[in-house]
Amino acid sequence: MQALVVDDSRVMRTILTKLLTNLNFDVVQAGDGAEALAALDAGARPEVALVDWNMPVMDGLTFIKKCRQNPEYRDVVLMMVTTESEQANIVRALAAGAHEYVIKPFTDEVIAEKLEMLGLIER
Amino acid sequence: MSIATTDFTFVADLVRQRSAIDLQPGKEYLVESRLVPLMRISGESDLGAFVSRLRRGDTKLIDSVIDALTTNETLWFRDTAPFDVFAKQLLPDVAKSSMTKKLTVWSAACSSGQEGYSLAMLLLDWLPRNPGFDAKVVGTDISHKMVERASAGKYTQLEINRGLRVPYLVKYFDQIGRDWVLKKEVRDLASFRWGNLSQLPVGHPQCDIIFLRNVLIYFDPPTKKKVIENCRSVLRPGGYLVLGGAETAPSLGPHWKRLEVDRAVVFQHQLMQGGGA
Repeated sequence: MQALVVDDSRVMRTILTKLLTNLNFDVVQAGDGAEALAALDAGARPEVALVDWNMPVMDGLTFIKKCRQNPEYRDVVLMMVTTESEQANIVRALAAGAHEYVIKPFTDEVIAEKLEMLGLIER
Repeated sequence: MSIATTDFTFVADLVRQRSAIDLQPGKEYLVESRLVPLMRISGESDLGAFVSRLRRGDTKLIDSVIDALTTNETLWFRDTAPFDVFAKQLLPDVAKSSMTKKLTVWSAACSSGQEGYSLAMLLLDWLPRNPGFDAKVVGTDISHKMVERASAGKYTQLEINRGLRVPYLVKYFDQIGRDWVLKKEVRDLASFRWGNLSQLPVGHPQCDIIFLRNVLIYFDPPTKKKVIENCRSVLRPGGYLVLGGAETAPSLGPHWKRLEVDRAVVFQHQLMQGGGA
C-alpha cells in the first residue's frame, strides 16, 4: 500500500513517513500541493494522501479540489492533517472532497485510528 | 516509582470494595501509573506517604483514586466494528421485534460518554428513516466525575481527534472556543447517571441493546458472573449484549446465544423454554 504525505514541514513529513512506514505503507513525499499533483500525474497511485492545509505554492485545500476534479484520482482517500481547527474550515475541507480530518497536534494512535476507520488498515 | 506490596494490596482492596473491580497482583504498573500523577497533585513525594493518607481516610483523595483506577481510555466509535454492527444489524433487528417501538441502549461503564454519544449519533441517523420509533441511550459509570463529564457533553480538541468520524464532528458538534460541545439533539437522546454494575438499582430501564465493553476484564469471576446476570435481568429476550474485543468468551451460559457478526462478537439473550428468561 502506498501513502502520499503532503506537508511543507520536513519535520512533519519525517514524522508521518515514519508512522506510516510502521503501518506498512510505502510513502511518497511532497512539499506542497503542486508537488503532490505532479507525483500523481507521474503515476503515483497512493491509497491515501495525508495533506497539510497551509503550504506555499499550492495549499492543501486547492490540492484536494484539484484531486477531486480528476476522475483518475478518485480512489485516493484524502485526509487533512492540519492546525486549522475552525469548524467552518473543516466543513470546507469536507465539501472540497476530504474524507477525514485530523487536527494537529496528534499522536500516532490518532492517525492509525483514522486509517482503520477508513478501512485502510486492520489492527 | 514502584509501589510496596502492602500498599498495592491496600489500594486493590479499596478499589474492590468501592467498585467491585479486581486489581490482581501483576497490575502494579497500572496502579503506579495512575497514582503517581495524583500523588504529585496531592503534594506527596512518594507513593508510601500518599497511600498513608488513603489509609487515614482522606475521602477526597480516595474518590480521586477510585476515579483514576476505574476509568478507561475512551474513544469515539472505539474499534469501529461493534458500531457498524449496531447500526446495520442489531438496531434493525431489535426494532423489528420491539413491541413498544421505544428502544433503549445501555452504555454500561460509559466513562466520559464517548461510547454513549457515538450510539446516540447512530440513532439520530437511523430514527428519521424509521418513523414511529423512539430511542434513547442510558449511560452509567462508577465514577461520579465521569458521569459529570459525560453529562456535560463537552470535549477537547485532543479528545475529538480520537476515533470520531469527521462528518459526525461537523454534523453533531458545535465549536465553542477550543472545545467541542455536542448539539442539543444528541444530548437529548443520551442521559448519564451513577451506577455500580454489580449492584443494579431497582428501576433500571429494560434495554434492547447493552454495550459492556472492556469492563469485564477488571472483575473477578464471581463479580463477572453477577454483572452478566444483571445485564440479563434488564435485557429483553432477543436483545443483544456487546462485549469488548478482548472479551470474546466462548459462552456466557445457557441464556445466551453467541453470534459472530462481521468482526464483532455479540451475545443474544435467549428466551428459555419454561419461562426461564
